[in-house]
Amino acid sequence: MSSFVTGLLRLRRGSWENLSTVLIALGVVMLMQPFFLWAFTYSFIVTLIGTVMFIITSHFPE
Amino acid sequence: MTDTPIDRMARATPRIVARRVRGLSDRAIAWLFVAPTIFLLLAINIFPLIWTVRLSFTNYAANRPGREVEWVGLRNYERILTSEGIWANMQTTAHFLIWTITLQVLIGFTLAWLINRKFKGNDLLTTLIVLPMMLSPAVVGNFWTFLYQPQIGLFNYMIELVTGTPASSFSMLGPGGLAKWSIIIVDTWMWTPFVMLICLAGLRSIPDYIYEAAEVDRASKWRQFWTITVPMVLPFLMLAVLFRGIENFKMFDMVVLLTGGGPGNETLLASIDLKREAFEKWRTGYSSAYAIILFVTVFGLASVYVKALNKVKQR
Repeated sequence: MSSFVTGLLRLRRGSWENLSTVLIALGVVMLMQPFFLWAFTYSFIVTLIGTVMFIITSHFPE
Repeated sequence: MTDTPIDRMARATPRIVARRVRGLSDRAIAWLFVAPTIFLLLAINIFPLIWTVRLSFTNYAANRPGREVEWVGLRNYERILTSEGIWANMQTTAHFLIWTITLQVLIGFTLAWLINRKFKGNDLLTTLIVLPMMLSPAVVGNFWTFLYQPQIGLFNYMIELVTGTPASSFSMLGPGGLAKWSIIIVDTWMWTPFVMLICLAGLRSIPDYIYEAAEVDRASKWRQFWTITVPMVLPFLMLAVLFRGIENFKMFDMVVLLTGGGPGNETLLASIDLKREAFEKWRTGYSSAYAIILFVTVFGLASVYVKALNKVKQR
């Protein structure tokens, strides 16, 4: 966990890619879940942030 | 003097052009060859995407080109993301995606594993299994509509034969909650051979000596399956899931022919709803926002998936 936080602070690709992956997955689950309308409403912004973050952070150093 | 086509072309090239080309660097010549492709890619893919993003912030209607286009900001996105109808369509799409991919992977892998063994008639059986994949979705949609007929359909007759339920007592494409499953059955029937072929390629790429070494180490068949077969076929399987996932997310033709999104909105997938908004209700701005939401979702998922695939391949 501490290596993950250190990676985030040092702008390392692995940690940031993992964070954006979690955001994308969360966004897709929110989009397709049948329980809360509010989760559906915010799903797109979560997926969009995750996707843009993924594109940017995949160019960070290892 | 030789007279090959290259020599003839060289002689036919005007001297001024030849001199100009001779003066170009390798890098410039490479760009010269790649430029038409890049131009086409920009014109056919990138420009329409940017244009769709722009339209998604307006109330543009393609059937009224003369009407003044109004900038509506994020209103289209707000309306889509607070609509209970679209939320229900997303759930229908998720149901279709999860079940088709699960069934296709399980059945496809099992078939590939069985076909990979050497037996008489192996090639003929492979050809027969692959046949549904070669048919047009329009043909598949039409003939499964006949198969699902409650009175004369072969599917209902087989169900009666196996379970004893009277064939005319249920309709796969009518009301009663079976329509969702009917489209899953047809898609699985049609596309399982595709997953099977990819898995078969994976299985055939495993060298025999690995199994022989495992035999020497007295590893059981079960252990060989989980520690050799599954890990080595996994990249192929993931590729098949990626292809099927993207294809099924935009599934349109077959479902339209089978159910048309009905009964009610029971099989109304996001792609069918999008087409209705764009080309039946002519709400182009609204449907552009809808398309962008679907695009970002598929793009995000595909990016993550490709990353995971590369990691599995590197192992």
